[in-house]
Amino acid sequence: MRHSRFTAILSALLLAATHVCAFEVESAKFYDAPSGGNLIRIVSTADIEVFEPIILAFQKLHPDIDVDYTVASSTEVMNAIYIDGEPFDLAISSAMDLQTKLANDGYARTYRSTATANLPDWAKWRDQLFAFTQEPAVMVVSDEAFKDIPLPTTREDLIDLLRDHPEHFDGRIGTYDVRTSGLGYLFATQDSRNTGSYWRLTELMGRLNTKLYCCSGQMITDIAEGRLAFAYNVLGSYASSRLKDTPGIRIVPFNDFLSVMLRTALIPKTARNPAAGGVMVDFLATLNTRLELNAQTGLPPISNDIGDLSNAMRPIRLGPGLLVFLDRLQRDTFLRSWSNSMEQE
Amino acid sequence: MTPTLAKGSIRRRLVLQLAGIAALLSLALFLVVRAVAEHAAEETQDNILAASATSIADALYSERGFVRLELPYSALSMLGTISEDRVFYRVVVDDETLTGYDDLPAPEVWSDSRKNKFSTLSYRGETVRSVAVTRAVSTGSQITDVMVIVAQTRLGLEAISTRITATATAVGAGFFLVATALSLLAAQTALLPLNRLAQSVARRGMADLRPVVTETPAELIPLVQSLNSFMSRLRASLTRSEDFITEAAHRVRTPLATVRTQAEVVHRRQSGAADKKALREMIRAIDESSRSAGQLLDHAMVTFRTDHLETSDIDLGDMIRDICDRLFPTADLKDIQINLDCTDQPMPFSGDPILLQNALRNILDNAIKYSPADSVITVRLTANGSYLIEFADQGRGFGDADLTQIVGRFERGSNVGDIVGSGLGLTIADEVARAHGGKLEISENKGGQGACVTVVLPRS
Repeated sequence: MRHSRFTAILSALLLAATHVCAFEVESAKFYDAPSGGNLIRIVSTADIEVFEPIILAFQKLHPDIDVDYTVASSTEVMNAIYIDGEPFDLAISSAMDLQTKLANDGYARTYRSTATANLPDWAKWRDQLFAFTQEPAVMVVSDEAFKDIPLPTTREDLIDLLRDHPEHFDGRIGTYDVRTSGLGYLFATQDSRNTGSYWRLTELMGRLNTKLYCCSGQMITDIAEGRLAFAYNVLGSYASSRLKDTPGIRIVPFNDFLSVMLRTALIPKTARNPAAGGVMVDFLATLNTRLELNAQTGLPPISNDIGDLSNAMRPIRLGPGLLVFLDRLQRDTFLRSWSNSMEQE
Repeated sequence: MTPTLAKGSIRRRLVLQLAGIAALLSLALFLVVRAVAEHAAEETQDNILAASATSIADALYSERGFVRLELPYSALSMLGTISEDRVFYRVVVDDETLTGYDDLPAPEVWSDSRKNKFSTLSYRGETVRSVAVTRAVSTGSQITDVMVIVAQTRLGLEAISTRITATATAVGAGFFLVATALSLLAAQTALLPLNRLAQSVARRGMADLRPVVTETPAELIPLVQSLNSFMSRLRASLTRSEDFITEAAHRVRTPLATVRTQAEVVHRRQSGAADKKALREMIRAIDESSRSAGQLLDHAMVTFRTDHLETSDIDLGDMIRDICDRLFPTADLKDIQINLDCTDQPMPFSGDPILLQNALRNILDNAIKYSPADSVITVRLTANGSYLIEFADQGRGFGDADLTQIVGRFERGSNVGDIVGSGLGLTIADEVARAHGGKLEISENKGGQGACVTVVLPRS
């Protein structure tokens, strides 16, 4: 019985296909509070360098809370809660679909406060999942590659551009390998939902020998160093933070639509100190009142302005719709189509 | 007078009963509104679940002999549009889970019909509503039955239910309050004719025994009829007794006159001092008896006439002068002087002359009777706001008798034991004064000993 349930969870857990053992930790750091005693354990997909300013600001406000910060991949964050039942007090992840699945399958606690009540409706789900950043998927281009070519502003523009200058872009396009990157998969599936041009674009990119990456960082580096002309669906927040010290690159936001990923936090059912988790959720939900942190982390806080459709920004909607692309068959189908388009050899 | 015992109140009973009915109806309204609305809400959830399951079933296809599925985005996202409920799904092919939550329970009986099968069950610690849709998919050579199960928790439904209950409660309470207020109003209106009747009866004068002619609703007609019949009987009875008294007084007075004459004749013939004294006593007693009989007659007449005043224009000055003149001989017998203080100005008054004469004569007569010999009676007629006719004597006054009771029938002062009297004089005067819209005021004489009786009549 126990075994069948275990396999059941496994089969539902699609991104965790390769790991059966306990979740893999990338790095961890303990932040001792000045007058500590209260401990909050956070598991997160955000790198320590990115998140540290937030923790320090948090401890300035709450000097009694020690923070134990563990970094893991989005799949491993999911594993930690879903399979291992690790007693984390807060799970932060950029994988909205996995976080939604955690909440949907009953692994999250309900939490309500003034701060969460003030979040826009699209930035929370079930009072269990709380978004605290909005990070669009953008195109990052090399200034050098586009000095004679007009910058595309829509996906249709980009398709025309690739058709007109195949030799210019051949082998010089980068994008996520959606088979290995959860974020890349999220952006790709949302694109496929939002526009009919997605598959044509993928087809074209495949024909032009697009290079596939695991992470935004490497793509930006390759653009800066001239190996790529542009990268498609790069995490905007990451690109912005690299912009300062990386010459020769530029961010091109599309006008037709911008998929906006929401970084979310949830308090797991297994939390030992859910109250501290709640305090951290409140802090994260009010990041828009601490713009200096935005400058330090490059994480744009939730703003009430987007959400209406007059804007090209299209926040990915939290809710059961996200479960669709986690479906095993659906994922198989999508990845097969994607692979067929991308790898045409 | 026996105190009226109030047993319950028609108004209260009416209001309570109507409020009770309103409460029952409100409760019924509440239950019906809630039942209908909740049923509608449940049906809405069922419809969306069915739409979701159907859209999944529509996306089933077969590929190389296997059932495949491309899960439509809208199938699950549509469930997220109306509430933030948890969503579970499962696609079963030949008892094997093709995709989804493979511990999501399927209906016990494999539904052979193509109808959607709804059920409410407990899953992962929460109550969920689930629908199972069966679809036959052709996989090349054979047909495979595929069941799509979609389930959703009921938080949204509960929220709607809470809202509906609140609304239904508000509607019910509002209905109850309005109905109660209206029933108060209705009770008030329904009892209005009764109050009107009560007032019209209460407004009547003491001696007004005319039938009630107020317009009354049908339900009150028996009451009014009985009341009128009762009053007519009372009236007949009163008339009978007045007639009896009049008749009796007449019958007594006439023989008394004869007896008095005879007594005087005998008195004149007698020479024995003791006998003469006894005869004088006898004559005096006869006088009093005949006087009483006269007053009884007067009273009967007054009682009758106050019901039907025959008014004419008179001058009070003339009338009082006439009365003083007439009683002058009686006063003179006791060496009593009557001082009339009256101007020659006209004092017009509209009233029943016989009654007024009777009343004033009775007062002056009383004053003479109770005044000691060789004293003065002052009669004063003044006119300012109203006419004041004042009779002040130097008699013994009323002792400590209650001045408000003294006008009662057969009531007399507490210090008149040695004087024969009926106690009707002031009663007559009082009734007459009131019949003319005035009153009788009685006080001790301000100037010194004696009594002061004032008739107050309104100046028209």
